[in-house]
Amino acid sequence: MTDTAERKALTREHLLDVYRTMRTIREFEERVHAEFASGDIPGFVHLYAGEEASAVGVCSNLDDRDTIASTHRGHGHCIARGVDVSEMMAEIYGRKTGSCHGKGGSMHIADLSKGMLGANGIVGGGPPLICGTALAAKIKGTGGVSVAFFGDGGSNQGTTLESMNLASVWNLPAVFVAENNGYAETTSSTWSVASDNIADRAAGFGMPGVIVDGFDFFAAHEAASEAIARAREGGGPTLIEMKFTRYFGHFEGDQQTYRADEVEHARAELDCLKRFADRVTETGELTRADLDAVDGEVATLIDKAVDEAKAAPLPTEADLLTDVYVRY
Amino acid sequence: MARTITYREAVNEALAQEMERDESVILMGEDNAGGAGSPGEDDAWGGVLGVTKGLYHKFPGRVLDTPISESAFIGAAIGAATAGLRPVAELMFVDFMGVCFDQIYNQAAKFRYMFGGKAVTPVVIRTMYGAGLRAAAQHSQCLYPLFTHIPGLKVVLPATPYDAKGLMIQAIRDNDPVIFFEHKALYDLAGPVPEESYALPFGEANVVREGGDVTIVTLGRMVHTSLEAAGQLAADGVQCEVIDLRTTSPLDEDTVLESVEGTGRLVVVDESHPRCSIATDISALVARKAFGALQAPIEMVTAPHTPVPFSSALEDLYIPDAQRVVNATKTVIGWTR
Repeated sequence: MTDTAERKALTREHLLDVYRTMRTIREFEERVHAEFASGDIPGFVHLYAGEEASAVGVCSNLDDRDTIASTHRGHGHCIARGVDVSEMMAEIYGRKTGSCHGKGGSMHIADLSKGMLGANGIVGGGPPLICGTALAAKIKGTGGVSVAFFGDGGSNQGTTLESMNLASVWNLPAVFVAENNGYAETTSSTWSVASDNIADRAAGFGMPGVIVDGFDFFAAHEAASEAIARAREGGGPTLIEMKFTRYFGHFEGDQQTYRADEVEHARAELDCLKRFADRVTETGELTRADLDAVDGEVATLIDKAVDEAKAAPLPTEADLLTDVYVRY
Repeated sequence: MARTITYREAVNEALAQEMERDESVILMGEDNAGGAGSPGEDDAWGGVLGVTKGLYHKFPGRVLDTPISESAFIGAAIGAATAGLRPVAELMFVDFMGVCFDQIYNQAAKFRYMFGGKAVTPVVIRTMYGAGLRAAAQHSQCLYPLFTHIPGLKVVLPATPYDAKGLMIQAIRDNDPVIFFEHKALYDLAGPVPEESYALPFGEANVVREGGDVTIVTLGRMVHTSLEAAGQLAADGVQCEVIDLRTTSPLDEDTVLESVEGTGRLVVVDESHPRCSIATDISALVARKAFGALQAPIEMVTAPHTPVPFSSALEDLYIPDAQRVVNATKTVIGWTR
């Protein structure tokens, strides 16, 4: 695990932004969990709670030139890239005002204007696409970096492995972030991943592989910072493996009978928000009052997002056949 | 000014002219130049059948060889298309779609609709199809019906050098994903092609022969087979109207229906299999929308429902030929209640 003792200092504003974003993801997901249970949210919903340090650790190093591809567990990545939270919530509720006008849903939230090429319903769907956005940045000379997030399940897909090879062969400005939350649906990554670590596979593709404590924002941020800087400077791709666990089931409604009690332990002892708060208040960089104020703002923001989503209009029949090139 | 060039040269010229015009156009594929990292010549092949030959040196850095990783590089072409490039990726043989289809039908085809109209994906996937080269079951298929079925994909099948150039230029300029089918048995076909750049619109079928007795709807290589049959039938006094669909998605329904309204008889000639094919699709269209005009049951001429066989003796039986088209046409002409 990366040692964060010698981490570079972040500014107060940056730390507040990081905390706000991680708290927004947590609040968003906890709220979706509660609202889903009430039966108002349709479809398949996969929550990111517990993994916030990864999305924010990586994306807080990105700028307007950069692109990410996400997974079916994509809400956190969207929020970390600045996708509008109210539009996201409306999308999850299937409303016309949603990020994709209700045509995508939880698994397909995208905002290309924010460098967010979409959550993805196909495990391993994103890495090939990211090779393309990285190639475009390289050819156009924008200095942009592309990041593929995928899970431990996605790490076993041929698309992911092919993409890592291609990214090295083409020396692309790309970063591959394996979010190993321990389970692909019900299947343990200790069983499905034949190597000891997903990061060990990096050697097979001629790129550095880094293992990170995914509950530690500072470790995630530092590993991503190094990989992204290397990619931006023409040094090629990196594979980062974030190790952590998800706080909820594979999807909402999952009874999680395959799990032990790791969530309780993680929430109490490892939680990224708790650790972040402890660290920055111990160092005096932020105060509890600073963090409490952010908590209050975020709670209000999510309340508003849910209220607006519930009140928003549904798409109508007129919307069914738009955004297509031909009607038969 | 038109001069005679081959179908292969017409595709190459379209690519070159668009790359000249628009620097966002790039090419990628297995051996698209050829010889990457190898000790001998670069631009060794220009694609396995030489379609992209010469472009590697003409457009430095814009013709990319790839590993044999169709999912990765077809996906990369799609991703690059969302990020401001207009990639033309070569899926060498359409038979290889099985290893990368997810990127095409779940990613590229869906983005525009699934993201609420916020994404454009101007990618062209060039691919070779069709029987006739003794290339056997995994290098000879006509899988265009599978792509035609998917909303969000445009499917293009030029039959002549002229169409190959004009449709390729349109494909590159189009903002939706285009699957561009090149029949491998047509590459050496020569025909008149203007030197200047021109784009042929999608969704406009071409009436390649006029006639009032029977409508033959066809596409790709079968256009030539159908024209051969029509020539033979004319000697017997049967006048065929031969329609080349040129694109199966979007589909020019009007030209088909207007022709059948005039002739009252339809033969569909399709090199793909008999079920869920372009032949069945056109038959259904006419049965639904021109039923009153029909004076005889519709006939379909297709390949059999088998994999493509290797032996020349079998492959020649497999591919629909002019005699079968003649026979089918005579059946609809001679049909009586």
